[in-house]
Amino acid sequence: MSNTGKLKSSSSELDLDRPNIEDYLPSGSSVQHERHGKLRLCDLLDISPSLSEAAGAIVDVKSNRERNYNVLSPIFIFLQTSQIGCQCQDPLDVIHSQGASNQILQNLGTGTFICFLCGAVDLVLVLTLGWIIFLSSFIPVHCLLKGNDDLRKKIETRKAVFNGSERMHEHRCLVEMMCSFFVASWTGVVKYHGPRPSMRPKQVFVANHTSMIDFIILEQMTAFAVIMQKHPGWVGLLQSTILESVGCIWFNRTEAKDREIVARKLREHVQGANNNPLLIFPEGTCVNNQYTVMFKKVGAFELDCTVCPVAIKYNKIFVDGFWNSRKQSFTTHLLQLMTAWAVVCDVWYLEPQNMKPGETSIEFAERVRDIISHRAGLKKVPWDGYLKYSRPSPKHREAKQQNFAESVLRRFEEK
Amino acid sequence: MGNSSSMLTQYDIEEVQQHCKHAFTQQEIVSLYHRFCQLDRNNCGFISSDEFLSIPEFAVNPLSQSLLRMLDGLNFKEFVAFLSAFSPRATLHHKIQFIFKVYDTDCNGKVTFHDMLRALRDLSGSFMSEQQREEVLTQVLEEAGYAKDSSLVLSDFVKILGNSGLKMEVEIPVD
Repeated sequence: MSNTGKLKSSSSELDLDRPNIEDYLPSGSSVQHERHGKLRLCDLLDISPSLSEAAGAIVDVKSNRERNYNVLSPIFIFLQTSQIGCQCQDPLDVIHSQGASNQILQNLGTGTFICFLCGAVDLVLVLTLGWIIFLSSFIPVHCLLKGNDDLRKKIETRKAVFNGSERMHEHRCLVEMMCSFFVASWTGVVKYHGPRPSMRPKQVFVANHTSMIDFIILEQMTAFAVIMQKHPGWVGLLQSTILESVGCIWFNRTEAKDREIVARKLREHVQGANNNPLLIFPEGTCVNNQYTVMFKKVGAFELDCTVCPVAIKYNKIFVDGFWNSRKQSFTTHLLQLMTAWAVVCDVWYLEPQNMKPGETSIEFAERVRDIISHRAGLKKVPWDGYLKYSRPSPKHREAKQQNFAESVLRRFEEK
Repeated sequence: MGNSSSMLTQYDIEEVQQHCKHAFTQQEIVSLYHRFCQLDRNNCGFISSDEFLSIPEFAVNPLSQSLLRMLDGLNFKEFVAFLSAFSPRATLHHKIQFIFKVYDTDCNGKVTFHDMLRALRDLSGSFMSEQQREEVLTQVLEEAGYAKDSSLVLSDFVKILGNSGLKMEVEIPVD
């Protein structure tokens, strides 16, 4: 199974986000009806195997289940009516465009309307306060972390006994605190369900992915190590300073060889007992919080360790957590979140899963995806809208054609 | 048959069942409807070629282009009728007729040498030269008693494929 991701050389955001198609197709050839004997006309005309395969794909013989997420509280209904017209979204679009600046203005508009009802001008206050909290915690913590490093160096030169795991623990607490502040700055209301993740070796966490903030929401409860694409600008700065301390793995989508390097890094990280639990988003890209797209089989599901699923569901009535990275930068997205009423979401920590004997990694990934989708009330789709721009590599089709051609020629020669 | 609401009425189900000549049970039709809605992403009542091609296993199938010609723009009733050839309840004649339609691109009831060559080309790709394909097809046709320039009609297909143990079935997943 080859794993070269042949991405175009364009450096646009579009390409950075495109998932690698090979990850989703089953490896190995499909069932071919092997026939023998001299080639006859009926053998050539009988195209039923290919047709059956095509029909099977259309019908999707691996069955799909749909669940709907229902919000029942009267408060939600009230808020929904007050937000009529503000969120004009087609819920069936996996990728939908959203006028970010419009959304911000509308959010501010809604906010002001509700503030008028409440008789207080607290939205602007909340926004300013949020930023003050964030910056006031970021700067000292950043210095603290850096200071810790300097201190550690000093101690080591004096050959004092320094326990590595203590330092990790401090870092974890700091990062968790940081994330809590960040979440508070956009009035995040997060409800956690299920047992808090424990730190054990040979364990990875997988979650569905809606936005960069998914990670922060999970991080404020438990300091995870995460695998991320390095982003440019101030986000990248944030990533390097804060996340280095929890042990993050960086990858670069545009580099073909990168996948092997990353796979190796993942394996190394998982083996280490002192490392933070690893969090992976197997969808590989941000997805509108109504669906889950196919999980990549490589990475999380081929590491030969326990997979703990985590489901995240945003309450769309308050704000749409989906970050469409093709349409808006992270800064705009963040601004939008902060000006919204609140960011409400549910997080479920689900039962750890192991690969069953005789299960392929794709089946394992799909089973975990099933669990997550079911819990969060997300629809499973067989693909995502990015395939509008790219098709599976021709080599899969060529393998089938080669099989057929060889069989025909062989039987033609038989007398 | 439902716009944004995915509710299929009993009347709708019976109408579809009638149209596909009872090739599917009512449960299978409901299942197919869920699948249809899932594929019809922009909810316009039919599945476009692009939406079919977004199914990876379909996109890599060598016959996908020929099938798209038959599938493009089908509404749900026609979609079920299309798939009825793959039901275990479909007759052998119905299946052979389906295969005939895949070959007969201009829908004139005749499958020419050219049509058969095209299908062979789709199936073998670059792994057979055009010359090899023509040679194989010509010889095999002659051995079966057909001249190279003759065109086949449905009854010919029935004669050729009738005894070949044709199996073309797909199981519809039901909850």
